[in-house]
Amino acid sequence: MNPNQPEQTVDVSRRRFLVGSIAGVTGLTVGLSLPLGASQEPGVDAFEDEINAWVIVNEDDSVIVRVARSEMGQGTLTGLVQMVAEELACDWDKVTWEFPTPGQSLARDRPWGSFSTGGSRGIRDSHQYVREGGAIARELLLAAAAQTWSVAIKDCVAKDSVITHLPTGNSTTFGAVATLAATLKAPSDVTLKDPADWTVIGQSVPRLDTAEKVTGALRYGADLTLPGMLHAAIHACPVHGGKRRGVDASAAKSMPGVRHVLSVADDAVAVVADSWWQAKQALAKVNIEWDTGTNGQVNSRTIAAMLREGLEATDAFVGNSRGQTLETLADAEELVTAEYSYPFQNHAPMEPMNATVVWTDQSCEAWVPTQNGEAALEALADAAGLFRDKCEVHKLMLGGGFGRRANHDFLIQATQIAKQLPGVPVKLLWSREEDQLRGVYHPITQSRMTAKLNDDGLPEAMHIRISGQSILHALRAPLGEPQIDQAVFQALAPEGEHAFVYGIDHFLADHAMRNTHLRPWFLRGVNINQNVFYLESFLDELAAKAVTDPLEYRRKLLTQAPKALAVLERAAANAGWGRPLAPGSGLGLALCKAFGSYVAACAEVSVIDGELHMKKIWAATDPGYAVNPQQIEAQVSGSFMYGLSAALYSELTVENGRVEQENFNSYPSMKIAQMPDVETDVMPSGGFWGGVGEPTIAVAAPAVLNAVYAATGVRIRHLPVKNQPLA
Amino acid sequence: MLELLVNGEKVSVDVDPSTPLLWVLRDHLDMTGTKYGCGIAQCGACTIHLDGVATRCCVLPVSAAQGKAITTIEGLSAEGDHPVQQAWIELDTPQCGYCQPGMIMAAAALLNETPQPTDDDINQRITNLCRCGTFVRVRAGIHRAAELASEVKA
Repeated sequence: MNPNQPEQTVDVSRRRFLVGSIAGVTGLTVGLSLPLGASQEPGVDAFEDEINAWVIVNEDDSVIVRVARSEMGQGTLTGLVQMVAEELACDWDKVTWEFPTPGQSLARDRPWGSFSTGGSRGIRDSHQYVREGGAIARELLLAAAAQTWSVAIKDCVAKDSVITHLPTGNSTTFGAVATLAATLKAPSDVTLKDPADWTVIGQSVPRLDTAEKVTGALRYGADLTLPGMLHAAIHACPVHGGKRRGVDASAAKSMPGVRHVLSVADDAVAVVADSWWQAKQALAKVNIEWDTGTNGQVNSRTIAAMLREGLEATDAFVGNSRGQTLETLADAEELVTAEYSYPFQNHAPMEPMNATVVWTDQSCEAWVPTQNGEAALEALADAAGLFRDKCEVHKLMLGGGFGRRANHDFLIQATQIAKQLPGVPVKLLWSREEDQLRGVYHPITQSRMTAKLNDDGLPEAMHIRISGQSILHALRAPLGEPQIDQAVFQALAPEGEHAFVYGIDHFLADHAMRNTHLRPWFLRGVNINQNVFYLESFLDELAAKAVTDPLEYRRKLLTQAPKALAVLERAAANAGWGRPLAPGSGLGLALCKAFGSYVAACAEVSVIDGELHMKKIWAATDPGYAVNPQQIEAQVSGSFMYGLSAALYSELTVENGRVEQENFNSYPSMKIAQMPDVETDVMPSGGFWGGVGEPTIAVAAPAVLNAVYAATGVRIRHLPVKNQPLA
Repeated sequence: MLELLVNGEKVSVDVDPSTPLLWVLRDHLDMTGTKYGCGIAQCGACTIHLDGVATRCCVLPVSAAQGKAITTIEGLSAEGDHPVQQAWIELDTPQCGYCQPGMIMAAAALLNETPQPTDDDINQRITNLCRCGTFVRVRAGIHRAAELASEVKA
């Protein structure tokens, strides 16, 4: 059950229900939650009946758990509620959830921590304080029961929303003592359960948000309706960095339903109309002249040439260096070298970008599918020209995120439109074409891989030179000269959550930063996507050069990395590595440590008449602790779709400074017919917390392409695969 | 005014007849279960049934739907318990869920015509995009829905 249903919006004085009702309303229209122009202290009064910031217990024992991170399909919502429920010791069947707002967080000094939802951090960065939130609420409920009975707290236990006094056997329910518990002072510290005692964490409970997703009842941002709301369609300069020079809106203004044709910032035009279709039709009739400057002369060939120069340049940032790599390579009689490349890609979530904003000179309110509610509030306040405490953001469920919705360019545009129409709610919805052309893209890179093999055929020295864009530089460019971007070295790093796992004595990874005008951004998996493709493909090349089985070859390099070796062995064993295969078929392996987890894949493919058939992938994942194994399985399976769709089909090319692929007809995505079967082995070894939403993406392409090599002898070094023959 | 038959009910809408049915459903009738994904009938998020046939309504002029039975995700079942919906819940198929109304409508239409579809039938008939990559559970869900439907009939 979802708390965001209209029958629960009856008490309009209780702000949290009203806010929630807008987020998930199934009725026709809903009211605004803030009286515009009124004082907007984000409703402290709404919290009077909570146990603590995380937990509300109602008289009927139903429990509402507050979740600050966003839900975009990855299942974090359910996982986080499981962690609170574990420590709360409540009846799982009575649990629902709600999103606190960023304004509430601000007013209460951020009791829920970060709202940022990316980097596979939802669980692994908040498990401690989320569980403590549940444990504190439990202690308060126990204290209330003990006070009611005049007994010692230590003699009381909680289980399934029932509190029992052990010496007497007296019992009561959470709901019966909730009101008293809400008045008590929270303990300063709590002891969390031993993982061996978990009964909710680690269970494959069903998601909490499925029912409303199969009936069409769930309202995404694109579906939001407010009284008096107008619809906006927008077109920004398709050459990033370009400006609007002239606009002829004469034809558009007289079209049916059109209310306004507006200039937005210095690079966009919006049409505001009674319906979105009318706005979009009219926008197509607006003649816009662009000033695209020098960016308008950039194309894929000039970008590729710039990156190629970077493969040999001397101005590289060093991200990982051990031993004497360059010297060892310089002394080698024979080197193995290969060059690889990875294109621009777009996130392309199924729900195009959108935001609904209502602005007055006193306050501003927005409904946003965002991966970071707090960052959305910042962006809103800046664009609105108001202090943050006069603004509020209501988060909605995301129709896909993949990193795209951690950037709020669309919200800023929506606010700039709303600001021109005071008091009128405006929903800005991007077309799919706008989503493609005005994306923030997966960075483009090339790599040159160089290795010297020792007498055993193993790499004595390896140099990975990456040439290409830096996401972090794009973020901090206003700060001045380029600095090293450590994120470029994900899965190649000296240590930490993205540590390079292989034992190679002389190893160097460096980055020649080469930026273009296309804005780079975090795309699910981020820099592991190309790095692991480069590394795992090249390792396979080295194994072939050494005439060694690829699994055996990796084993010899993983003697100091037992957890990495364990997932690799498991994936290979589950796939029946070494079994005889039909001609034209092959198995391929890939491995990485990323976002704190260890993941491996073994793919089986066949290539028939040059056509690739991906039969099955066996995956193994060690995330340390597994909160909800069936959702991890869903993330792993979905990651193969996302990673393989990218590897096989996805490429943005640039001509005259603009992206050429405007919709799914030229930017195809994998369909069910191409999707291999996936068998996932979740093998949590305990003792650490790793993310699961992204790491598997990185092993998808190299596992399949190493299998293609095994099947055909054809080595694919440049993505996407669609551009190259496999026979 | 145009007259339409949506989920068994007659409705009248004052709209340009060239408007795609998708936007009549969404912006005029406030039935937002049917989604906009691409606008060029590539992704299937807007799949509805037109006289029982799976149809991508983002490119279908509303005038072409006159006189035909339009079924949307909101009208697939009274209680959200169509066999496909039951199977989807059983397997926890949706992730973000945005494509799923269209996916479910496509699956329901397939099962209407082919009660026991093979994997090959599914490959040919289910061409909706899902960027979360729920396809393994979509396939299992269609087979499970076929079982559930046959149990009901038996």
